[in-house]
Amino acid sequence: MSLPAYAGTGERIWYYSYRIICALIFLFLIFPILVIVPLSFNAEPYFTFTEKMLSFDPAGYSLRWYEDLLGSEEWLFSIRNSFIISISSTIVSTSLGTLAALGLSRRHMPFRAAITALLISPMIVPLIITAAALFSFYARVNLANTFFAIIMAHVVLGTPFVVITVTAAMSSFDEQLLRASASLGANQVTTFFKIILPLLLPGVIAGGLFAFITSLDEVVVVIFLAGPEQTPMTVRMFSGLREEISPTILALASILVAMSILLLTAMELLRRRGEKLRGIKG
Amino acid sequence: MSDSSAAGHGQSSSPTGSDETPGSLTTADGTPLKVSLRRAESRARRKAFFLVLPLLAFLLITFAIPIGQMISRSVRNPEVADYLPKTAAAIQAWDGQEVPPEAVFAAMADDMKVGLENRTLGRAAARINREIPGARSTVLGTARDLDEMSPPYKEAFIAEDEDWENLEFWSLIKRETRTITPVYYLLAFDYEYSPQGEIVERPESYQVYRMLFLRTAWMSLLITSLCILLGYPIAHLLATLPLKSSNLLMILVLLPFWTSLLVRTSAWIVLLQQQGVLNDTLVWLGVIDDNNRIRMIYNQIGTIIAMTHILLPFMILPLYSVMKTIPPSYMRAARSLGATQLRAFVTVYMPLTIPGLAAGVLLVFILAIGYYITPALVGGDTGIFISNLIAQNMTGSTAQLRLAAALATILLLAVLVLYWAFNKLVGVDRLKFG
Repeated sequence: MSLPAYAGTGERIWYYSYRIICALIFLFLIFPILVIVPLSFNAEPYFTFTEKMLSFDPAGYSLRWYEDLLGSEEWLFSIRNSFIISISSTIVSTSLGTLAALGLSRRHMPFRAAITALLISPMIVPLIITAAALFSFYARVNLANTFFAIIMAHVVLGTPFVVITVTAAMSSFDEQLLRASASLGANQVTTFFKIILPLLLPGVIAGGLFAFITSLDEVVVVIFLAGPEQTPMTVRMFSGLREEISPTILALASILVAMSILLLTAMELLRRRGEKLRGIKG
Repeated sequence: MSDSSAAGHGQSSSPTGSDETPGSLTTADGTPLKVSLRRAESRARRKAFFLVLPLLAFLLITFAIPIGQMISRSVRNPEVADYLPKTAAAIQAWDGQEVPPEAVFAAMADDMKVGLENRTLGRAAARINREIPGARSTVLGTARDLDEMSPPYKEAFIAEDEDWENLEFWSLIKRETRTITPVYYLLAFDYEYSPQGEIVERPESYQVYRMLFLRTAWMSLLITSLCILLGYPIAHLLATLPLKSSNLLMILVLLPFWTSLLVRTSAWIVLLQQQGVLNDTLVWLGVIDDNNRIRMIYNQIGTIIAMTHILLPFMILPLYSVMKTIPPSYMRAARSLGATQLRAFVTVYMPLTIPGLAAGVLLVFILAIGYYITPALVGGDTGIFISNLIAQNMTGSTAQLRLAAALATILLLAVLVLYWAFNKLVGVDRLKFG
């Protein structure tokens, strides 16, 4: 979309103003996320840049909020809880979701549209409704305030992402490979592990990463389901933001931003690998 | 799937024709091809279904059933019927014109005796008290003195407390013997039963929910429009730039998408609060006075800005995936036929982007009307949504819990209608991320 040589003045003005508008929107998207990183190194307990920080005086910066975060038993406990919950729920939702996606991609799947809509619905139903429903459900069977209930809830929330990504990976799957494999003497189990799984793996891992980040970020359902023994970091962060805001939260937020950059990179690598495996040229 | 039906569709049309009629195709073991094919297909269907079954069963138990229970909770009203069973039966014949006959009073006395023993009377009394304040002490006070009373109970009750003469009191009890009640839905729309049993608007100072439903809707609409306004140019730019630069710029869209919701919300708190980065910058630039810092957070503005930022990627990604498939030659063709750049864009390009636009709009709107966390953190009092009221009621009494269920059911219905529309227009199987 570069500017052609014959463009008139009006077109030129529009071309550059359009670029500037887009640059501003990109700034709106990215600036809030990047701004918290330097602020988390603030030496003062403020949420804004101090004069020392602006003049790049080393005294204006410190690691005290990171020390605060990593030295606090409570924060470490809740970070540990978060990882227990999200790792366990990711394992379950990835297995269930992948299996379902394999079924949904078969040509003979009955009621495909209706069942897909149903399997995706936990992603669409507002979290507060899911929370309201699950809160009473698990309280009734005496499972409220248990890891089990929270993990099951997060499996529900994570599976739609797995189903979507794995189904997408399956949609470009070449069925001739199955026949080729069978003609070379492989049985169904061998074909699954040697042909289907390697081709599908990038999609499965991407879905799993989605499920993992969904669970790790989830706040609404855990607010109602988690007792003091299960408090994950999101709930602590939420109440921290509500009551007394301390830059410790910004330190944690910066760590989470770094983590999302890592995840984003992983996703991009997976996407490229998936395309390469299936012979799609980017 | 009988053999005769298979043969009926077969090549032989003779009524006496069996499966072995010459001319009908069979497999090696002699079964007609149609039957064999149908068997193979139903086996394939079963296999596919069994792969989906574990997740389907899991979601049924841990998602569909809890939601069903929540919906049934929103109309539940068992207290009077369960804890005053004899009264409930006796009062059905009462016409409401005068004080009920002795039979009803006697049934009430029986129920009170049982209720006192089982400690369930208090719950029934509390339920009635919600509609007529003071009714609780009428019921419990009379029940305490029941030992000293003797039949006929009608006179004894009225002598104890004149509420027992009150027709409104009795018609309330009759109404509440229904185990299914619309009262929480009425409340959810700011209506209630008058003492005469008619449905009336609640006093103005108690009206909250209708206003909140409306606010949730218009703020979500506004946020969706802002997302279109900001997302459309970005998606267009990403779709028309060469792949190398668009992939780089895509990171700027995907990074927010992948960043925790709480992180993004806290970022906006940092930026927008009165001692925050944006106000500081404006003061430093001299745009505003240090004493007149702008209030941009803990109100509607805060919710709108933060939610637009959070939901923007959900608009950009579907728009981008549609725009990428539009060949640039269409625009060139329009220009070569004499259309101006603007006209070519409006009449050729924009109609082609409608599928992506519809997907983005529905997705953003569906997500927006159910938002809880961001309004709770940056919305103050004027920027909260209906979800926040659901959450507030969820930590209250049984009645509040049922009201929360009713509010949630209404919200759910709205979302499901939109989801259905989304499915019709776009198709859930076309959802993609990243």
